[in-house]
Amino acid sequence: MIIKILGSGCKKCVALGENAKAAAAAAGREAEIVKVTDFAEIAAYGVMSTPGLVIDEKVVSTGKVLSAAEIGKLL
Amino acid sequence: MSVFGWLNDQVLRMTWLNDLVGAGVAAIGLDPASRLGGSVQFFVYDVIKIFILLAVLIFVISYVQSHFPPERTRAMLGGRSGLGANTLAALLGTLTPFCSCSSIPLFIGFTAAGLPLAVTFSFLISSPLVDLASVILLASIFSWPIALDYVVVGLVVAILGGTIIGRLGMEGQVAEFVRTVPVSGEAATMTRGERLAYARDQVVEIVHRVWPYVLIGVGIGAAIHNWVPADVISALLGQDKWWSVPVAVLVGIPMYADIFGTLPIAEALVGKGVGLGTVLAFMMAVTALSLPSLIMLKRVVKMPLLVTFTGVVTLGILSIGLIFNAISNWFI
Repeated sequence: MIIKILGSGCKKCVALGENAKAAAAAAGREAEIVKVTDFAEIAAYGVMSTPGLVIDEKVVSTGKVLSAAEIGKLL
Repeated sequence: MSVFGWLNDQVLRMTWLNDLVGAGVAAIGLDPASRLGGSVQFFVYDVIKIFILLAVLIFVISYVQSHFPPERTRAMLGGRSGLGANTLAALLGTLTPFCSCSSIPLFIGFTAAGLPLAVTFSFLISSPLVDLASVILLASIFSWPIALDYVVVGLVVAILGGTIIGRLGMEGQVAEFVRTVPVSGEAATMTRGERLAYARDQVVEIVHRVWPYVLIGVGIGAAIHNWVPADVISALLGQDKWWSVPVAVLVGIPMYADIFGTLPIAEALVGKGVGLGTVLAFMMAVTALSLPSLIMLKRVVKMPLLVTFTGVVTLGILSIGLIFNAISNWFI
């Protein structure tokens, strides 16, 4: 699966990326983490609060740093 | 003293804490009336006070703000225009959770949904400028009349700034891709438990983000408070000096700091006889405009609009500073 982190590179986005990686590892899933920093691309997902979390092209969360456990439930 | 006055002094201004810290300073052998002792007292008292207020305020305010995600704000503003819409945008700007790294996606989301530039800019100006937490901190450090005046003038800058930008007909001055972005995204509804968790997370996150600014700000404030002679400051930035407001704005614009860090500096400066207008102009310049946010904004708007935005906000802040200095005898 492909997990995308939407955000311009602020601390929260980095934290969300790490949590996503941990969640995928804990669930034993092959996941590619992609950081999306381009505003045009972020906006194309209709996201207005960063960081946003996109799993397989579906926006599952915006504006908050989910914990690894919370992301695990969404995988 | 009235009950309200007493509560205000004890709870918001925390005079008990100042007395306590003063006693502590004296207990370790420093005279609170001396320069060193006074600096230590100012520093310790201000740091503790700001962090207590920050934690409580951000918790309460984030809970309220969780009812106003940007998607909802956008829906409330949709299809409106004119002065009423600008006013509503400026008011919602104070309520919608704001993070400087989110302002660009927000700008794109609003513009793509067809909101007029006037409305979007009223929102974008008021959002960092009139922050609920900073208003209560202002009341704590100065007084409620000053805090309320700050809100009113901040909203006026946001409303007028948005209106002027709207009147200039710059709808074409937005990067092309912004118009073609799909508009989607319903705000998820939250349960009470989720709101409380969100509020708690905000406290942790904001305190984590602003603590260096607060320490630096209080440090500078403590230095000004006890080491810089009042006549030096008033000679440079005194209320009777016409250049004090422009200087405050020019120094403040490129600075990227949190309002929580600038408040202790403001407090110390006012204590040294700097005009209230000068200090408010400084705080507004620091929070409303900063180089990093302008550089980000450049990616979604064209140069003429960016220059207009900066110019309009700068002029607004300058006028507020000058007006406040002229009439501040009414408050203090």
